[in-house]
Amino acid sequence: MSVSLAAIPQLAPALLDLPFRDGYVWSVIYVSLYVSVTAVALSTLVSVPVAVAIGFADFPGKGFVKSVVNTGMGFPSVVVGLVVLFAVSNQGPLGSLNLVFTREAMIMSQFVLATPPITAITLAAVDGVDRGVRDAARALGGTRIDAALVVLKEARYGIATAVLAGFGRAVSEVGSVLIVGGNITGADGVSKTRTLTTAIQLEARQGQYETAMILGAVLVALVLTVNAVVVHFGDGGVNA
Amino acid sequence: MPIQRRAFVAALGTAAVASTAGCSSLGGDDSGAGVAGETLTLTTTTSTYDTGLLDEIHADFEDMYGVSVDAVAQGTGAALESARNGDADVVMVHARGLEDEFLRNGYGVNRRDLMFNDFVIVGPESDPAGIQGMSSATEALTTIADAGASFVSRGDNSGTHTKELNLWDAAGIDPGGDWYQETGSGMGEALNIATQQGAYTLSDRGTFISQRSEIDLTVLVQGPIEGGPEILANPYGVMAVNPGVHDGVNYDLAMAYIGWITSPGVQESISEYRVDGEQLFFPRAVSEDPDFQQYVPEGWSGDSNDE
Repeated sequence: MSVSLAAIPQLAPALLDLPFRDGYVWSVIYVSLYVSVTAVALSTLVSVPVAVAIGFADFPGKGFVKSVVNTGMGFPSVVVGLVVLFAVSNQGPLGSLNLVFTREAMIMSQFVLATPPITAITLAAVDGVDRGVRDAARALGGTRIDAALVVLKEARYGIATAVLAGFGRAVSEVGSVLIVGGNITGADGVSKTRTLTTAIQLEARQGQYETAMILGAVLVALVLTVNAVVVHFGDGGVNA
Repeated sequence: MPIQRRAFVAALGTAAVASTAGCSSLGGDDSGAGVAGETLTLTTTTSTYDTGLLDEIHADFEDMYGVSVDAVAQGTGAALESARNGDADVVMVHARGLEDEFLRNGYGVNRRDLMFNDFVIVGPESDPAGIQGMSSATEALTTIADAGASFVSRGDNSGTHTKELNLWDAAGIDPGGDWYQETGSGMGEALNIATQQGAYTLSDRGTFISQRSEIDLTVLVQGPIEGGPEILANPYGVMAVNPGVHDGVNYDLAMAYIGWITSPGVQESISEYRVDGEQLFFPRAVSEDPDFQQYVPEGWSGDSNDE
């Protein structure tokens, strides 16, 4: 948080104009990041091994599996929100966990949304690695795991792109987090399940378009920052 | 003013509800613990939320019980649906017809009248249909329909939308055609759309006042608060979700909340809440004449067990 505070001076006049109580905007940014980063991290842990497994395996119907994954990239987020709501609702199969209107439910829906793009783009990156690299690793006495690690190392820039695509989908998404999260702040004005996108939706609903624009600018700045950081590390890795 | 100084009996009753609810060991609950540290989920209409009222008063409840309140602003239809699914502990809405259905179906218990404000018909200053100052809401709507003047409808199953449909019904008009637009949006957005299009719309007074500086509309037909017709009254009720239907709901805390928000002190806070110097909500829970009807669906009769 202290790092991003340094970027305030330009935004400060606008932010100070916000009709918000102390800490509101920061808590909204925090919730946005917390939910999206957690979802994307979990999604990456699942997607990358799955993508490598699919990429390495040869089986009938592989093309079909790929097209299913690609289709998932365009899956409507509000439908994901509805499905997750049914799952976590008191009536649903996970009802006993009391997850409705919580960040955990938001993470679940963003996980579902981020997994297809991360898997698909990672898969494309893994496929794009020259088959000779894999064969060479095996020929030099490496196990399948060694070969996979070599391929992953070659494909890391593509994987970084995949993670970014997943993050972009998660953090900019409004429909499902609104449905499963409920857009809640506490009475102290600190966000519980309000993200930048749902805050923008709320401000627009109230006709506070200026405030919505400022929050929109914050969201865009956030996405650009995360992209810059990941691209930086991705490039550094390739050139090191 | 609904608050009477001598509302002694009602205050006693309220205190009894609050103290019973606050003490879960009396409720035969096997947890036996208090409510501190727990979370109350309240689903409510956008009007109570967007006017800032809930933010204003909830801190007091959170401090008093050591709990947190998650207020989810959904619109009356969605708020009741969440409650029907057991995803809310307490629900605060403004559509008596829908509340009655909710009670009749056994999802809600211990309904209390909470507060009221009113609806107003707003439109552009130029008033193309010429409804300014009419004392009848149905006459005004008939005039708008006859003139084919633009009218923006929420179309979102909210309390305001429900009221609007009731008004058209009372006017004997089935609205439709180019002049009638359903936006499927919240009150604030509907007001903005009406501003952009020079259209009429039905708004609750609270949202209209809290957004007046952002929009270019004026009140053309007043509600009962300013002497307009009673049909434009906008009463709010609060209900606990029936713990007999949904295990997961926090009934003790819901009852503590209902006891608290209908208590004389909080009712006073509600009447003191101002936006732009204007009172938005008028308390209704504390009265000298207890109204049994508030606890049950309208038209309910004690003789019939199966109504």
